[in-house]
Amino acid sequence: MNFEEQAAKPLLSKAGIAVPEGRLVTTAEAAGQAARELGSVVVKAQAPTGKRGKAGGVRPAGSPAEAQAAASDILGMEIAGHRIERLLVERRAEIEKEYYAAILNDPESRSPLVLFSAMGGMDVEEAASEAPEAMRRLAFDIRSGLTAAQTGALVADLLPETQTQAVAELLVKLARVYRESDAELIEINPLAVTRGGELLALDCKLVLDDSAVKRREELAATGSPERLSGLEARGQDLGIKYIELDGNVGVMANGAGLTMTTMDVVSHYGGRPANFMEIGGEAYTKATEALELVLAHPRVKSLVVNFCGAFARTDVMTEGVIRAWEALQPKVPVFFSVHGTGDQEARALLGERLGIEPFATMDEACRAAVEAARDAGGEAAG
Amino acid sequence: MILRKHDRVLVQGITGKQGTFWTEKMQAYGTTIVGGVNPKKAGTVHCGVPVYGSAREAMTQGGFDHSVLFIPPLGVKAAALDAIEAGAKGLSILTEHIPVQDVMYVMAAARDSGARILGPNTAGQVTPGECFVGFMPAFNQAVFKTGRVGVVSRSGSLGVLVCLGLVQAGLGISAFIGIGGDPVIGTHTREAVEMLDRFEATDAVVIVGEIGGAMEEAAADYVADMEKPVAAFIAGAAAPAGKKMGHAGAIVSGGKGTYEAKRRALEEAGAVVLDTPAEIGAVVRSRLG
Repeated sequence: MNFEEQAAKPLLSKAGIAVPEGRLVTTAEAAGQAARELGSVVVKAQAPTGKRGKAGGVRPAGSPAEAQAAASDILGMEIAGHRIERLLVERRAEIEKEYYAAILNDPESRSPLVLFSAMGGMDVEEAASEAPEAMRRLAFDIRSGLTAAQTGALVADLLPETQTQAVAELLVKLARVYRESDAELIEINPLAVTRGGELLALDCKLVLDDSAVKRREELAATGSPERLSGLEARGQDLGIKYIELDGNVGVMANGAGLTMTTMDVVSHYGGRPANFMEIGGEAYTKATEALELVLAHPRVKSLVVNFCGAFARTDVMTEGVIRAWEALQPKVPVFFSVHGTGDQEARALLGERLGIEPFATMDEACRAAVEAARDAGGEAAG
Repeated sequence: MILRKHDRVLVQGITGKQGTFWTEKMQAYGTTIVGGVNPKKAGTVHCGVPVYGSAREAMTQGGFDHSVLFIPPLGVKAAALDAIEAGAKGLSILTEHIPVQDVMYVMAAARDSGARILGPNTAGQVTPGECFVGFMPAFNQAVFKTGRVGVVSRSGSLGVLVCLGLVQAGLGISAFIGIGGDPVIGTHTREAVEMLDRFEATDAVVIVGEIGGAMEEAAADYVADMEKPVAAFIAGAAAPAGKKMGHAGAIVSGGKGTYEAKRRALEEAGAVVLDTPAEIGAVVRSRLG
């Protein structure tokens, strides 16, 4: 789950990391009022995405009138698909330098990884690929956390002596925020050094581990839920991961890996999948609801059902599909491939109830579905 | 460390619905199940084996080598630490949706003890003709006929599909290692490939990967020096681009993780990369000569 800057920054200040004083507003008038209180400000669009600056969603304002004008320009803007309804108006800092700091889950070391660079700002990715040694990385043991001795050693030769200690301590605090919020990523970019020599977190990005939402309910309530299409929202309510795509071959398979593969094979034979949908894990028992969801997509011209049972029992899934089929009596042709746990029972069920014989391989089932979608006309496949 | 028939397996969460269902399947297939764990039912017998209050107790009372966990997400950290502290040599963690920071905590403990972890979010491992742990259709002869091809897969369902393709082509499986679909896992593709390479019953290795992460690229470094032939399929060529998180993901991945990057790395290492899983049988047959 992603968070807006205004939701992430309070975690930093609670941990003792300084952030600019600011006000969250929803109208241009309130932005002007905030500037009256704060002086010279920056007006920042709030959306759970980067690129707000490059999209024109961040503007400095020297007076209340300027702040109000900037706010009325930015409110209602669309940035990376997000309509801007909230602004953070922050006191503008006198910036000497911009650093970069982040902590994230690192699959390679199977540990958290702290990143720090003395070259922060909007182009940090380019800077890191041009001068990899300037981006410091340290994997640390999550059981003991980070110590200032570790982080000090990590950054010492990048910084003036007077700043090493402060940065070292800030990274330790950031690790604590990461840990206490079950973050997948917490990033401060830029981490400014003010003219007065203080460290100030000008922006903050937080991603909460979706698997930890249940034990971080209070935090999750301040996050930005994913924006979903109508069908996707229906899937979410059912506990089914469904992504609406623009093709016309409906795809139903169990497990993310097999679903992706089914989509690959549909594409390989010149078709275009209408959806991604995962009914892996315990969700395999929801085949009836899942099929209804796939068929609700208005462009679906044919359907491929590809089950390969390991944990998921193909007989249970197939029976769910048959139930939905009998209830809905859809007109689109369906092509089955069923293998693995419970496949004998599943074959028997398909024969008895729908009079259908599954294909010997998923390739044959996918190819048949692609051809059927093409024959049904509508949008051209491929 | 391929799981063998003589390895003594403990089932944490044995009394639950899934634990019971799959313990019976594992026993029927030949896995040496020596006990289970459920603190609330310690002292009873379930599926014909003793139920202990903890893995630690199971270790002192009878001993075990490997533990397989049928435990809900928020209970995994404690259960896995129990098994690791008890001295388990290996763990198979099947559970999906465990908080990643819990997983990293378990990984750190396993690193200290030397325990090998498969998963989380793995369907398990199968040594056809001998034993299996997890929830795999090991007993299905159309999928897990005994043979000479070793398979490593991130996905359980896709792994089943690939094994099926090999068996349909008249080949068989020496060992299947499900490494799991989570972002942070205990055994990476490269380590599983090394295990299969060292396993004398294996003549060829199949890698079933997915877009994302850098495990297939890392495995390619090892594949380049292998004598046994390697074939691979990478799922996700047609997947829509995923969500991007901050700058840190891009900085750490450094361009790895895409379908193209994985395919190129494996091909440069001498592996055959399939366009569709249907080609698997013919490709491996031809590489085995």
